[in-house]
Amino acid sequence: MAIDISATSKLWSFPGGIHPPERKAPANMTAIQRFPLPPVLFIPLRQHAGEPGELCVAVGDYVLKGQPLTIPGVDNGLPVHASTSGTITAIQQHPLNHPSGLTGLTLCLEPDGKDAWYPRQPIANIDAISQREVLQHLQAMGIAGLGGAGFPTARKVAGARNIDVLIINGVECEPYIVSDDRLMREHAGEILAGSLLLQKLTSAKQLVIAIEDNKPEAAAAFAAAIHDSNATDTDTTELKGAAAVLKIVPTRYPSGGEKQLIQILTGKQVPVRGLPADIGILMQNVGTAFAVARAIHHGEPLLERVVTITGEAVHQPGTAWALLGTPIEYLLAQSGFRAQEKKQRVIMGGPMMGFTVTNLQIPVIKTTNCILAPSQKELAPAEAEMACIRCGACEIACPASLLPQQLQWLAKAKDYDGLKQHNLADCIECGACAYVCPSQIPLVQYYRQAKAEIREQAIEQQKAEIARQRFEARQARLEREKEERLAKHKKAAEARKAAQAAQAARQTESSTDGEQDPVKAALARVKAKKAQQDRGVEPAKSEQKDAVAAAVARAKAKKAERDANAESTPATTEKKDAVAAAVARAKAKKAERERLAKLEAENIGDSENKQNATNNKGNENS
Amino acid sequence: MSWFIGIMALATIALVAGLILGFAAIRFRVESDPIVEQIDNLLPQTQCGQCGYPGCRPYAEAIANGDELNKCPPGGQATIDQLADLLGREAKPLDEAHGEEAQKTVAVIREDECIGCTKCIQACPVDAILGAAKQMHTVIADECTGCDLCVEPCPVDCIDMVPVATKPERWKWQLDQIPVNVIDASKAASAESASKAS
Repeated sequence: MAIDISATSKLWSFPGGIHPPERKAPANMTAIQRFPLPPVLFIPLRQHAGEPGELCVAVGDYVLKGQPLTIPGVDNGLPVHASTSGTITAIQQHPLNHPSGLTGLTLCLEPDGKDAWYPRQPIANIDAISQREVLQHLQAMGIAGLGGAGFPTARKVAGARNIDVLIINGVECEPYIVSDDRLMREHAGEILAGSLLLQKLTSAKQLVIAIEDNKPEAAAAFAAAIHDSNATDTDTTELKGAAAVLKIVPTRYPSGGEKQLIQILTGKQVPVRGLPADIGILMQNVGTAFAVARAIHHGEPLLERVVTITGEAVHQPGTAWALLGTPIEYLLAQSGFRAQEKKQRVIMGGPMMGFTVTNLQIPVIKTTNCILAPSQKELAPAEAEMACIRCGACEIACPASLLPQQLQWLAKAKDYDGLKQHNLADCIECGACAYVCPSQIPLVQYYRQAKAEIREQAIEQQKAEIARQRFEARQARLEREKEERLAKHKKAAEARKAAQAAQAARQTESSTDGEQDPVKAALARVKAKKAQQDRGVEPAKSEQKDAVAAAVARAKAKKAERDANAESTPATTEKKDAVAAAVARAKAKKAERERLAKLEAENIGDSENKQNATNNKGNENS
Repeated sequence: MSWFIGIMALATIALVAGLILGFAAIRFRVESDPIVEQIDNLLPQTQCGQCGYPGCRPYAEAIANGDELNKCPPGGQATIDQLADLLGREAKPLDEAHGEEAQKTVAVIREDECIGCTKCIQACPVDAILGAAKQMHTVIADECTGCDLCVEPCPVDCIDMVPVATKPERWKWQLDQIPVNVIDASKAASAESASKAS
């Protein structure tokens, strides 16, 4: 089903959303300023999503405005360009425009004030060259999405197939930020030109420009630009029929989010883990469209962007064309920044999605849309977090139909699987839930940490997988080398053996020549003897058998003799009888002797008794 | 007779169902991931040998055969918990005897001091050191698992284990760890006056 959006077609709605105070005035009251050149520019090598390119300048080089400073690396990223002419004074670590406050490799460019241009190569006729060449030109011009993430535009366009609708996003729903608003008011014609170029590149059937209803001036400027383009571009009749449609959407935060705006305009939802291109939609920011127009029609790389400098701590709030690399301290100073209190905060981005900067020397990069210096009264600093009372306000506010409260519990419990199941990845970090939370819970902070942890785990998992493969490859290699070594040793041993055998053979061969006849004769003798022995084996066998038979016979004879000896036992019985007789005799003798001894003892006893009696008598007498 | 019909009917149903199940068991066989593979996937693959086994896979095999789960310092408590979850065992605290859960490091060779002995290359379990005999060696930082195994064999002690620097794209939103930098109002004002003067 093709999407058809006309000026009168129905607007849909997305769930949730909030209405924070807009505070777009007074920054949107004044025209975009152009400050004098800053004393120094800090150009980080990495300004977009992806890996930084390779440096192609050195310290001390003089560079011209628009000269590329890096060449895209292996991941086909974007180059960075010199924002003005001047000298590269240093290439060093410098605080990055990042919430972490970490440093990164940065080029320091000292402007010479001439603002001399590097040769520009505009594309005169886009129809004369292929889409691929145009996209390569956009990449070389360093065009990135200026709406938020800074994704390379050429890659986004190249990846989009079968696009029905190209939406140019001029919603700019976040409070305070007026960069796109001012750009649309002042350069609607050029944005429209860029949008038409993008439409041609994507072959989109329709071009829709969406603006929130709190920017009537911008809408009027666009309406006029569309009218003009229809009136003047009589030659591009094929585009005329499908001229840009201007849609005014109601003010509600975050209607400028890609998925939310698609839902408002088409009533369709971008699938989970999908891209808008999956449902035939491509979205670009108005700033990107403007940059595309400048890059194609004028050959200008992306060197500057509109930055809103606002907040009560700034005396002259407004917008300015800031060269990429301008330190934000310079922009604040130019706008009359006076720190209101001791703990003055400076926020990069808006109050909903921005982050507090840690260093004022951080540069403006491609995605910097606002520098906000609020007073304490204006934007109260975060209060102490209180317990969740399960009021459910966050769930009502969530534009992605998630369960912020549940996500918060899971994030606190570090249940990353649970967070994945609850589609944490679909959170756009708009901050609506934290804004409505009565307990001042920094919900988005929890989600960001959890997302970072999930991402970290995925990276670690990937690294572990690579390490495992390398380990296994190494083990396999070591095993193979060991086997090869063994095979080599074996081969060498065999070769040695073969060599020895060959030598021996050579020796025998040489002996046949006659010199060593005795040896040969001896060998022959030995051989002959052996042969004889071999021949003698047959008769010897029968001889041996006879010998065995004889031995057996001898043994039998011996046994028989032994048996014969055994028959001479009567002699032994006689002997035994004799012994027995002798024993009997001895016994008889003993018995006789005992009898005699008894008798004798009896006789002696009688006489003794007599003697004893007479002795007793004699004693009594004495 | 009716009891016979009943038994026959049940037997027939049992036979048919058994045939279907038997066929399905062969035809739709799912090769389940062997437990060693699953354990190995949870281990950090540093191949550091701090567990006492020569690499992560041997330790995975040992765990599958009943060894303790808490011998892997690079994986830390998170890995122990995951292993306990997978195997249905009790998650114990990390065994201090095998080392402590430390910050992730990467080996860096002080290249001026390297004598090109190739001893570290032989020690590296993931082939993350490049070099040749009598040539300077260097570590492929992206492939280094921080296992420390190359430090010991180096005869000139030119290998340092350096903590891995946090990159912005891998920063974990620890806002409380950002050094608080109070923006100086007077400095901003002076910058303003200086720029106005110019």
